[in-house]
Amino acid sequence: MSYFFETLVSGLFAGVMYSLVAIGFVLIYKASGVFNFAQGAMLLFAALTFVTLIEKGMPFALAFIVTSLVMVAMAILIEWLVLRPLRNRDPLTLFMATLGLSYVIEGFAQLLMGMDVHMLDLGIPDVAVQVGGIYVSQFDIIASLIALTLVATLAIAFNKTRMGISLRAVASDTLAAQSIGIRLPVIWRIVWSVAGIVALVAGLVWGSRQGVQYSLSLVTLKALPVLIIGGFSSIPGAIAGGLLVGATEALADIYVGPLVNGSVSTWFAYILAVGFLLVRPAGLFGDREIERV
Amino acid sequence: MTGLLELHDVSLSFKGVRALNALSFSVAKGEICALIGPNGAGKSSLLNVINGVYRADAGDIVFDGLRFEAIHPQKAAHLGIGRTFQHNALFRRLSVRENVLAGLSRHGNASFFENIFRLGRDGAERQGFLARAERTMSFLGLDRHAGRIVSTLPYGLQKRVDLARALVAGPKLLLLDEPMAGMNQEEKEEMSRVIREVNRVFGSTVVLIEHDVGIVLNLASHVVVLDYGRKLADGAPDEVRKNPDVIAAYLGTVH
Repeated sequence: MSYFFETLVSGLFAGVMYSLVAIGFVLIYKASGVFNFAQGAMLLFAALTFVTLIEKGMPFALAFIVTSLVMVAMAILIEWLVLRPLRNRDPLTLFMATLGLSYVIEGFAQLLMGMDVHMLDLGIPDVAVQVGGIYVSQFDIIASLIALTLVATLAIAFNKTRMGISLRAVASDTLAAQSIGIRLPVIWRIVWSVAGIVALVAGLVWGSRQGVQYSLSLVTLKALPVLIIGGFSSIPGAIAGGLLVGATEALADIYVGPLVNGSVSTWFAYILAVGFLLVRPAGLFGDREIERV
Repeated sequence: MTGLLELHDVSLSFKGVRALNALSFSVAKGEICALIGPNGAGKSSLLNVINGVYRADAGDIVFDGLRFEAIHPQKAAHLGIGRTFQHNALFRRLSVRENVLAGLSRHGNASFFENIFRLGRDGAERQGFLARAERTMSFLGLDRHAGRIVSTLPYGLQKRVDLARALVAGPKLLLLDEPMAGMNQEEKEEMSRVIREVNRVFGSTVVLIEHDVGIVLNLASHVVVLDYGRKLADGAPDEVRKNPDVIAAYLGTVH
């Protein structure tokens, strides 16, 4: 039985990592109604920039600040070059634009920083410690604390500030928000900046696990089932979705894997997501789409 | 005559259907102007052109001495054009107070960083905004509901929240798209009283759409009748009431 719990707990921690990635998508989806395919590329770009700065001898805190500023600059550029010319277009057009954007960002990263795999050591030991009778990775615990801090910060920024009211107003009804004079471009710049910094945090946690390399941008594909299950427009949904995917994936690998003679974790999340699409298309916490004609 | 709002030959079509056909009229400062006409007459389209949700195909608009052919809704709000929506497009999951505060967004001078870290200009601005929001809410009788999430309120109150959100910024021109839709006679009369008060106390010029002709003729000081995108009549309620075209096209028919 303790084996079951250990698997469950390690699965939940893996889920936290998925949630970290998914939150970046949710932020942008809420504010601009677009699934930002370039989120994975942003994550990669942030992690690469950070690790390059560290390798150049920059201290950790300074590298974090500089990379954050780079992500803010990127957000401003994206708003100016991509979102503004395409405003009031179909969400699908915007989605295609972010698809292109992901290639531009990856190509740019490659041009500037090369193709090498970088090791990233955040100074958090990846050793198992015993908590309440089961073994848990110390790294997982700290990664979860980081995620928790991030979510708490976002919650305060969105719920307790006036800018937060404007952000939620845009997410709730863009046209009404514009009609009361909220500046959409400003909101977009802020949201994309925040999503960029979330991408940085996620990139660091993932990068220190897997090494900072190009395959990092593929976490986009892992975030997709999380978003479908949790709902595209809800941060609590992203967390719940991430945890659910992490836990079921880990358990399925142990209990279903042997039955089909192979690893289940590569595809299990997608099957789960398809199930949700059939039964609950808006996800656990998502908005039911009500369109007026 | 120069009014606060003037429309000159404004036309709008959707895929070949003429919604507005060379429409011209003028709204004087301080009046309550009602747009009436059957469904599909172009009333909502007209409001949408005035605050820039739609772009007119031809003609121009003069607001407060400023001439434009098309305007962005956000720019319109900054010029002092506030509006409510037919299907009150409220921020459903925000509280009443937050909805009203959102209406003040454009008046903020404090930067995002001042907002987040509560530094500099943020404190004074926050207090000022809250006070304005509270005043507007109590004016409209919403103070008891300030903390409620908007989607949990009954429809009539939601209509008031929509009005409060537009009113809090002190607009020069207030566009009300069917503020009394779905209300019973008593509620309509109450809303009329509120609109009259808004006009008197806040000094906002009001342009509103309403189907109930009885209510309109009592409330408005100026009535414009539209029919298939054209102007059928334009004048004081009593003149419009006697206009034979209007009687034939609208007042006389049973709806």
